[in-house]
Amino acid sequence: MASLDDLKKRISSVKSTQKITKAMKMVAAAKLRRAQENAEKGRPYSEKMNNIILNLSGGISDKENAPKLLTGTGEEKTHLCVVMTSDRGLCGGFNTNIIKKAKQYFQKILKENKILKIITVGSKGYDQLKRQYKENIIEKISFKDSKNINYFDADKVGKIIIDRFEKKEFDVCAIFYNQFKNVITQIPQEQQIIPLKSNKEKETSSNDSYEFEPEEDEILSNLLPKNISTQIFKAMLENSASEQGSRMSAMDNATRNAGEMVDKLTIQYNRSRQAAITKELIEIISGAESL
Amino acid sequence: MSEEFKVEIVNPEKSFLSKENVTEVVVPAFEGEMGILKDHISIISFLKPGLIKVFSKSEETKYFVEDGIVEFKDNNLSILTSSIYNMSDLDRNKIDQIVKEAEKESSVDNIDDQKRYLIDQKIEVLKNLNLN
Repeated sequence: MASLDDLKKRISSVKSTQKITKAMKMVAAAKLRRAQENAEKGRPYSEKMNNIILNLSGGISDKENAPKLLTGTGEEKTHLCVVMTSDRGLCGGFNTNIIKKAKQYFQKILKENKILKIITVGSKGYDQLKRQYKENIIEKISFKDSKNINYFDADKVGKIIIDRFEKKEFDVCAIFYNQFKNVITQIPQEQQIIPLKSNKEKETSSNDSYEFEPEEDEILSNLLPKNISTQIFKAMLENSASEQGSRMSAMDNATRNAGEMVDKLTIQYNRSRQAAITKELIEIISGAESL
Repeated sequence: MSEEFKVEIVNPEKSFLSKENVTEVVVPAFEGEMGILKDHISIISFLKPGLIKVFSKSEETKYFVEDGIVEFKDNNLSILTSSIYNMSDLDRNKIDQIVKEAEKESSVDNIDDQKRYLIDQKIEVLKNLNLN
């Protein structure tokens, strides 16, 4: 059995861990509010963008000459996966969930004998994937230095993707991120961005006659690259809100567990203290009796 | 009948401006400036660098944009842009700074014509701004 001194040390160490997790939880809670606000503020832009593209692609007449970003290369040989994770750890299952989702997709692709290429955004994703998929990772991007999520960073990622697409390095591109639902629930998402998949065929046929200036094709070919950056940006915003939410609940759990542990250890400490006193008393009494 | 319609300007970070009672909006569309009044036909167009002017009955506000898309439909004007500045926030120094950056960008050789055109346009617009 552990000595009284050992127990005392354990208790104080658990207590200081608890202090750290409590502080982290509070920081995460404060950051979460900001991140959540940002994610909500960012939604109109990507929604509007999506709407316009849907309207446009619905109106496009010449499917043959439509931009490749919309229709794809006609093949499905090479898949590019953009796995977006955080740069920091201690956020519960946040990164693991994305990776798990991504790995499922990787296995499916590899089974079909297709070529897999991976871009990781955020260092945690790279750390987790490099063991198994080292030779598939073609690029790793990390925004550790930029404090806030900004569109500029997202645009950079978007440009990299488009650049590689124009060099015909891949046919299909999907991004992986966590969608923020609420503090305890984040849903890992897989979203195909090239070719653009309109996940809901709009039943309301948008046959409103739009006037286009310049031509539809030209607008589309200009808009699609922007849309990719926008989608990436949306994913980044959702991700950061999810990260903070996930961290907050993880730290909340950790704090609670530490509290329970302290309680348990304190009881154990008191019991053994009491046992030691009783033992001493018995020794004294039996010593006195024998006289 | 009222002559007013709704305008909404969003950038990726947030909704930049939302106004219900505008009477006219002038946007720097790709093929020339375009004024939009109420009941304009549905239109989608591009922006080139320039000034957006939003008129309401009582006031007139100006914004500088570098790029963007406009959509007008059912008397709702949406402008999506990634870079927008309120003119009242800009001063000479800031403009000079943007111009300098743009000039640096255009001095690179390997950019395509369209991009160069847009950058030149941006520089020109900025240089001709007279701040009031």
